[in-house]
Amino acid sequence: MEVKLNEEELGLLLNDLMEVHGYDFTSYAKASLRRRVNRLMSLDKFPSFAEFRYKIKSDSSYLKRFVEEITVNVTEMFRDPSFYAILRTKILPQLATKPFIRIWHAGCATGEEVYSMAILLQEAKLLNKSLLYATDINPDVLEEAQKGIFQLNYMKQYSENYVASGGREDFSSYYTANYDRVIFKDQLRSRMIFATHNLVSDSSFNEFQLIMCRNVLIYFDKDLQERVFTLFDNSLEPLGFLALGSKETLRFSAIESKFQQVKDQKIWKKIE
Amino acid sequence: MEKDRVNIQRVIIIGGSAGSLEVLLEVLPQLKHDLKIPIILVMHRKATAESTLVNLLSSRTSICLKEAEEKEHIRNNCIYLAPADYHLLFEDDLSFSLDYSEKINYSRPSIDVSFESAAEVFKDNLVAILLSGANSDGTNGLREVQQRGGLSIVQDPATAEVSFMPRSAVDAKVADKTIAVTELANFINQL
Repeated sequence: MEVKLNEEELGLLLNDLMEVHGYDFTSYAKASLRRRVNRLMSLDKFPSFAEFRYKIKSDSSYLKRFVEEITVNVTEMFRDPSFYAILRTKILPQLATKPFIRIWHAGCATGEEVYSMAILLQEAKLLNKSLLYATDINPDVLEEAQKGIFQLNYMKQYSENYVASGGREDFSSYYTANYDRVIFKDQLRSRMIFATHNLVSDSSFNEFQLIMCRNVLIYFDKDLQERVFTLFDNSLEPLGFLALGSKETLRFSAIESKFQQVKDQKIWKKIE
Repeated sequence: MEKDRVNIQRVIIIGGSAGSLEVLLEVLPQLKHDLKIPIILVMHRKATAESTLVNLLSSRTSICLKEAEEKEHIRNNCIYLAPADYHLLFEDDLSFSLDYSEKINYSRPSIDVSFESAAEVFKDNLVAILLSGANSDGTNGLREVQQRGGLSIVQDPATAEVSFMPRSAVDAKVADKTIAVTELANFINQL
């Protein structure tokens, strides 16, 4: 039978990560976290929890792998096309009036959403006055994101998403294909800034007109969600927007009253 | 709500893929209105399918039927549907968690993922039912359900529109019992 963590072992592990390495995963939602840890122990064929724990305590290169595998980095370009259609038709026209646009992609993983946003801005002729700050807890995925290189076999799906979001250009004009990979145009990348940022422990670092944080909060417990909402509130200009994932909500949070939901969308406008 | 939380004795989780929608449409109207337990449905479907399935299913029963929401506490006498394109997991405080990690068995939601998570939390209070389908999702989950003391039920492959999924579980010997579609509602009503 596979090695599976019990509650106590998960507690020990989270404690080690905090004491030895300064990573605080204690406010992550437990069901998903436990599943990710079990999956990693099984992938890397650890015969017991004790050995797994020892490896994490003593081997900093394995810690890197742990953080990368424990956090979920699944994402796609123009995911939820209807969301991007609203960005295109309702949100960007409001941002267009600003002299300068700063957007924060919090928990950007391998960057697919950042590139999607850059394409939207380019088509709205706003890219040159925009900066896209893309952050993640995990330095390795940021390194990937920064390269702008993605697998060719995903492009068909992304292209369909793009068209469904209201895109009218030829999606393939945004990248150059080479064997089984594609690289996105330098022009898109030129307005992106990548940096590590841990939503658990790091504070606000700028004021933004739009914060995108989609499918990140589902991995956090209620208290941490609340802390992150406060961080976002502190990082948004008045009348700025916060965009969440399709199953996430500001409803019932302490900052809800300061925001107004864009009709039927997971987008909230800061009204005070 | 607090009261319901404490009172949850048993939980039914049902997983299905191709051919199982018809089963649910047949079974739901036969469930007794005052069903004392929660039922959780994990159905394979297209990522883009939005609320149509909830509407269709809820039209067949007077029991509250809704999509499971992130951090929502599970209540008795309620039927929950796992949202499209997320894995559905269970927390120790008997609330739902969503997860957008890799597909399992080409599926998100994956039945294995939900069955395994439910087995960890509900242990011998869990009844897991695997319906018709065309891939082997669910078999590993049922094994976990059995190992944690839960009851593992599989739709009789002979009555399944697509028998691959229930057949896979039967062949792997992880089914405590097979049940014909016509018996299913009665079985649930008597739990």
